[in-house]
Amino acid sequence: MAVTRIDCDIHPAVGGTRTTLLPYLDDHWKEQVVSRAIDGLDLTSYPPNMPLSGRPDWRPASGKPGSDLSMVQRGAFDQLGASHAICNVLYGAQAVFDPYMAAGFCKAINDWIAAEWLAQDSRLRASIVVPMQAPDLAVEEIERRAADQRFVSVLVLAQGETLLGRRHFWPVYAAAEKHRLPLAIHAGSAYRFAPSSVGWPSYRYEYYFVEAQAFQAQLLSLVYEGVFGKFPNLKVVLMESGVSWLPAFMWRANKTWRGVRVEVPWVEREPASIIRDHVRVTMQPFDAPADATSVADVIDQIGSEKMFLFASDYPHWQFDGDDAIPPNLPESIVARMCVDNPLETFPRLQLVN
Amino acid sequence: MSDVLDRPLTEQEATAATRLRIIDCDIHPSIHSHSDLDEFLPKRWQEHLKTYGGHLRTPYIGTTPYPRSSPLICRRDAWPPTGGVPGSDLAFMRTQHLDPLDVEFGILQVLDLFIFSQQNLEFGAAIQRAINDWQLAFWAHRDPRLKASILAGQDDMQLAIAEIERCARTGEYIQINVAPRANEPLGRRRYWPIYERAQELGLPLGIHVGGYGGHAPTGGGWPSYYAEEHQSNAHTMAAQLASLVIEGVPERFPDLKIVFIEGGFGWIASAMWRMDQHFERFRSEVPHLKRRPSEYVKEQFWFTTQPIDEPDEARHLRQLIEWVGVERLLFSSDYPHWDFDDPRFAFKTPLSDAERKKIFNTNARAVYRF
Repeated sequence: MAVTRIDCDIHPAVGGTRTTLLPYLDDHWKEQVVSRAIDGLDLTSYPPNMPLSGRPDWRPASGKPGSDLSMVQRGAFDQLGASHAICNVLYGAQAVFDPYMAAGFCKAINDWIAAEWLAQDSRLRASIVVPMQAPDLAVEEIERRAADQRFVSVLVLAQGETLLGRRHFWPVYAAAEKHRLPLAIHAGSAYRFAPSSVGWPSYRYEYYFVEAQAFQAQLLSLVYEGVFGKFPNLKVVLMESGVSWLPAFMWRANKTWRGVRVEVPWVEREPASIIRDHVRVTMQPFDAPADATSVADVIDQIGSEKMFLFASDYPHWQFDGDDAIPPNLPESIVARMCVDNPLETFPRLQLVN
Repeated sequence: MSDVLDRPLTEQEATAATRLRIIDCDIHPSIHSHSDLDEFLPKRWQEHLKTYGGHLRTPYIGTTPYPRSSPLICRRDAWPPTGGVPGSDLAFMRTQHLDPLDVEFGILQVLDLFIFSQQNLEFGAAIQRAINDWQLAFWAHRDPRLKASILAGQDDMQLAIAEIERCARTGEYIQINVAPRANEPLGRRRYWPIYERAQELGLPLGIHVGGYGGHAPTGGGWPSYYAEEHQSNAHTMAAQLASLVIEGVPERFPDLKIVFIEGGFGWIASAMWRMDQHFERFRSEVPHLKRRPSEYVKEQFWFTTQPIDEPDEARHLRQLIEWVGVERLLFSSDYPHWDFDDPRFAFKTPLSDAERKKIFNTNARAVYRF
């Protein structure tokens, strides 16, 4: 299968803990989820019936959008034209409070995606879902799965228990760097904190809007805590973050850093240049201005052709029709974002055979 | 004192910006000490302040959780030679800021005592009253260029409305300020009585960054560094913009003017694009919105310019200004804080005389009806 277009963000759905995951749980959790009826861990961030959570033509007759392999194959590959795709499972394991339950469920999710998706279609790859509630257990899970080259990144939520730059996460990044796994930060929240400093919003719409600010806070945390100095080969991929906020965000970061860098002497370069080197971003949604000139301006302001990764966000409803590439993107960006950039970002994507 | 500000301007520096009188929408006056407020604060609350102090949702009594980059976040040249803290000496403020920069009007933004962050809402309201009186007595009455805002914390609605009525009767205040980080987002319906009254009175609603609310500065938790917290001010403003627009405040109060102060304006273009991009998808959740979000922003919101973004390429700032719209921008300096924007140098991209006039003067003149 020729590598022509790598979709860096699609979402197979876990049907349920007591159904989909049961065969993959260890004996303790098998017994627990049945006897305690532990289920319903779909993330509050993505209610399955909400329009954004599933495009109408990508909704199966029964079950959640993304739960049917053959439908995902038809949509992501046949319709949208991807040659390969990376599965990012959004299910509540990362939001569980009990760290052992979190680890048990993450393990089950990874084994399920390997057995029922990756093994069924050689075009699929996946991110390793990890329990960031307990960084030591997250490291264990990375080590357990690292030999399987079909896993190409480590998946965490944009809003977890603490900001991602904090030192207690560094062993996770050491493991990720060692195994050439980029850290994929995906939209979604463990609901530990209001999504912004102003408090809990009334509407899903508002909540989805402020996810972009949560991503920005995570980038600042990773930069200022010194993660990229400590792990120079670590890449971070922002998934479903929106893109057009990057220029103004980087300008403000540079200006702030110039003013207060004495506080973080280990950050020796402008944040924007660190971000261009280490951070990648999936292109759905783009949150673009309406006209082609402004789109070109945004790309010019971001100042890198390497940062952009093709993604459909299937089955999320980000666009209509069969073309997942946002309109008006310059040709040079389109040429790079489908193959070159993904291969560079996810070095374990060995797709030639 | 600074060499830069004490020498005469060179011909090159004496640009249209300085020949044009400016309206500075963000100047920070300060009290010398708590006793400045004694004449405006009932005995009970003077005693309370002495005995219990402020009660904030932060760990320290005497400082902020993120040590700032300079004492009191101020310019190091802004300490008055007569003693006292920056912003506490009107004569020095005139000499250093109002006169040399030819400030026609300056809008006072008081942050003392974390006035909007007090957990004891009754105490908070008492110091808001005192500060509102002090703004007139110590500042506006002594220099007619300086304009006061009604500080009215929104978490006790009855007290807030009472204070708005009390101050509005004087006819001297030009704006109603509410907290940027209260218990709930600004769009929530419990806060609407303030917006209704502001609209009736024809007073803009001012929202100045800062203080401590009920929530961590980010959706991912508490950052470690001031560098992170400082930039989170822009995130706060974006979240408040979304809350106000999406809850339908401008739809419900079409004559209400809303001014975001010290959030900068870099983030606004992408905030409008993002809201518009997802509007169709979420429309069934917010049927009260009759128009695309950006349309409300472009009619009812204004943004002060500081801290102005400084992209490496001047053309990028130019593009940004065009996306946001010259009409939406109000110049602000943030004097005497460290990240002060000097009107002569802040805009690192050429502006036409007409644009300059709008940003530095006439936009604010219209919003505040000077």
